[in-house]
Amino acid sequence: MNADAWIALALSLKVAGYATAINLLLGTAVGFALARWRFPGRELLDALLTLPMVLPPTVLGYYLLVLLGKRGWLGGWLHEQLGITLIFSWQGAVIAASVVAFPLVLKSARAAFENVDPQLERAARVLGLSEAAVFMRVSLPMAWRGILAGVLLAFARALGEFGATLMVAGSIPGQTQTLSIAVYEAVQAGQDASANTLVLITSLSCIAVLLSARWLAPQRSAA
Amino acid sequence: MPSPRHRLLSAAVCALLAGCTLLARAADLTVSAASSLSNAFRELAPAFEARHPGTRLLLNFAASDALLAQIAKGAPVDVFAAADQESMDRAEAQGLLARGSRRNFATNRLVLVTPAQGGLALTALAELRQPAVRRIALGKPEGVPAGRYARAALQAAQLWEALEPKAVYAQNVRQALDYVARGEVEAGLVYASDALAQQGKVQARFSVATATPIRYPAAITTVGAGSANAAVAGQFLAYLLSPAGQAVLARHGFLPP
Repeated sequence: MNADAWIALALSLKVAGYATAINLLLGTAVGFALARWRFPGRELLDALLTLPMVLPPTVLGYYLLVLLGKRGWLGGWLHEQLGITLIFSWQGAVIAASVVAFPLVLKSARAAFENVDPQLERAARVLGLSEAAVFMRVSLPMAWRGILAGVLLAFARALGEFGATLMVAGSIPGQTQTLSIAVYEAVQAGQDASANTLVLITSLSCIAVLLSARWLAPQRSAA
Repeated sequence: MPSPRHRLLSAAVCALLAGCTLLARAADLTVSAASSLSNAFRELAPAFEARHPGTRLLLNFAASDALLAQIAKGAPVDVFAAADQESMDRAEAQGLLARGSRRNFATNRLVLVTPAQGGLALTALAELRQPAVRRIALGKPEGVPAGRYARAALQAAQLWEALEPKAVYAQNVRQALDYVARGEVEAGLVYASDALAQQGKVQARFSVATATPIRYPAAITTVGAGSANAAVAGQFLAYLLSPAGQAVLARHGFLPP
């Protein structure tokens, strides 16, 4: 049982790690776009992308199942054209965790970019920097702290993701059975000893995440 | 002086509390039943309520082991209906059942199902080894009776070791059925009554012999026996075994006990 618990922990970390990496890129990019570009339907897009934060995980899980399933329009295409099956795979769990945690990065990235003084970006442009250089050398470094806070929250959320993951990826030991799902399974089966081990490991990993968040985040006093 | 908004809020809270009190009436009989019984019990409930005016059935469906875990942790359940003898034996061993109330009320068969559209025309368990069968849905053996029956059947056929890597474990038998109905897996092992519930979406290919017969037991819990519901709980068990109750069960694919 102990070995199973460590496998579940490793899987949870893998899934949350990939989901966080995806969100770091996508969330920052979309957050920047929403903060800087004005286009019709901007707030509607923001609301739609924030939906995963407020929708019940079962609703998200159902959407993903219908979308990514073998008979779903995206899953069906992937299956026929590329032979990829996402349901019941750890990649499916990554997608579920990414979608659920995405708004946390998006919201903090957008707020962080909106707090960057446009004057500084204009000054950089006047001094001859390209748009990409302005982003990499001015906007991003100034917004970085806010984005990082969102990313750490997203990692914690992805680590604890349960509902949508269970619906999309199922519960296959060693493949898709993450820590939170293993806890649920153990309690459902009345295996209290396993449940105790698993919740202890989960709690300790969450404390570790929170402590490293404090350690990673730039000190406020240094600003 | 409380503001109008505060008053409105407290009025809403009072209404909510009153509503909750109304919801939990004395004549509410809580029945925890195995997932495979869901369609049959949902049809049984109004018929039973019509015969016993003033009582209401609160139905709680999950895998038998999950229901057992809830009862063991003190869930206010009056009647427990399980899909195998093992979970009921464990309830009995933990002293959760009223002595002498246990009855078998139905039997079932295990079948192999495939998606109805484009499913493989399998004829024997050994054919599950072919590469075209990539995933097989079954209940998680540690918590789902249908999964235990399925594993035992595959072990008896000397196929478990070969097929275990293909297994997708479901939280209850109905989830395994749903995986097949959605075409996410090529095959699943569920009860004959489940296959009937998703007729049109799944196709039962053949019956799978089980080492132990699939017999559904029901019993009154010690909580139920010690409450005002004891008499109604007994009437519910009697109704399950009555011709009217058995007719409903038969319509949903269950066989007599």
